[in-house]
Amino acid sequence: MTTETVATGADLALTTPSTRELFTGFLALGLIGFGGVLPLARRMIVEQRRWLDGTQFTELLGLCQFLPGGNIINLSVAIGLHFRGIPGAIASLLGLIAAPSAIVIALGVLYQHFQHDAALNHMFAGLAAAASGLLISMALKMLVPLLKKPVPLIIAALFFIAIALLRLPLLPTMLVLAPLGVLITWKLPS
Amino acid sequence: MNDTLISLATIFSQLSLLAFGGGNTILPEMQRQVVDIHHWMTAQDFSAMFALAQAAPGPNMMIVTLVGWHVASWPGVLVTTLAKFGPSSLLTGVVLHLWLRFKDKPWRATIQAGLVPMTVGLVAASAALITEASAQTWGLAAIAAGCALVTFKSKIHPLWVLAAGALLGLSGIGQF
Repeated sequence: MTTETVATGADLALTTPSTRELFTGFLALGLIGFGGVLPLARRMIVEQRRWLDGTQFTELLGLCQFLPGGNIINLSVAIGLHFRGIPGAIASLLGLIAAPSAIVIALGVLYQHFQHDAALNHMFAGLAAAASGLLISMALKMLVPLLKKPVPLIIAALFFIAIALLRLPLLPTMLVLAPLGVLITWKLPS
Repeated sequence: MNDTLISLATIFSQLSLLAFGGGNTILPEMQRQVVDIHHWMTAQDFSAMFALAQAAPGPNMMIVTLVGWHVASWPGVLVTTLAKFGPSSLLTGVVLHLWLRFKDKPWRATIQAGLVPMTVGLVAASAALITEASAQTWGLAAIAAGCALVTFKSKIHPLWVLAAGALLGLSGIGQF
């Protein structure tokens, strides 16, 4: 690739999506996003459709990670709102969850229907075990960067003990431990 | 609107606003509510739904849709979907322009860093509870451990791991 094409690539004008394009864009994303939607979202929004440049994307994602709710869910709302106001936000969100909702309900119906079939039961048990394995490895990957930081590690452990072992309700646990975590990070910058 | 739908709406709109760090952090509370408190399903049903939701494409919170379907059919799907995605989306909209105004303030980074251990602890708790419910035999525990190890050590696509788990389950290994 020549420097010229790189330069034109970077300067290529951004396009403003219509409400309909927001819907179809996120619909496609929902359909292909197995495992994780986020890397695919960046490819579509920044590189393919050029709705946002890389910096704008990162900025919006920062906001979405900070707020409660799935990152990609919040991102679809923020992008829709940014371009087309409330109708845009609704179009993006519905686009994103329409296909996965239909597929997951179809899987649920199959599961319910064949629940008493021994072979299928064994298959679903294996699937569930594999899914829990994926969750374990995700937790481990998130844990690794904390291993050399004793204070955040202790806070993470307190959350684990409160929720997994003591089975305490989430809201009071968060109200006590989350401010503690922020306070300690503020007072003890590592 | 009957009591069940009201309960679903209350539970999931609360969970919507508590899901700091993504959907997986609220799995333990969701399980506590639908299994322990409301007895809408067993822990095994819940982990099966989690598995089905993981096998479907899209955002990882599709278990919400399945729980709604299981508890109250189509009205349940509608209510849980609105309750789960509505409040957090409204909040996103409200905070959006404020956030862009404060993007250079140092306290923003402090809050973000301070919430990291919480997210890690909650995801680890989810992993423990889901595994406890789904790895009921030595065979299933071995499948879970194997899948955890493979995905931790390599960048293999999760869908292959789920497919392998389903096939191993079908072979009957999980029953031992």
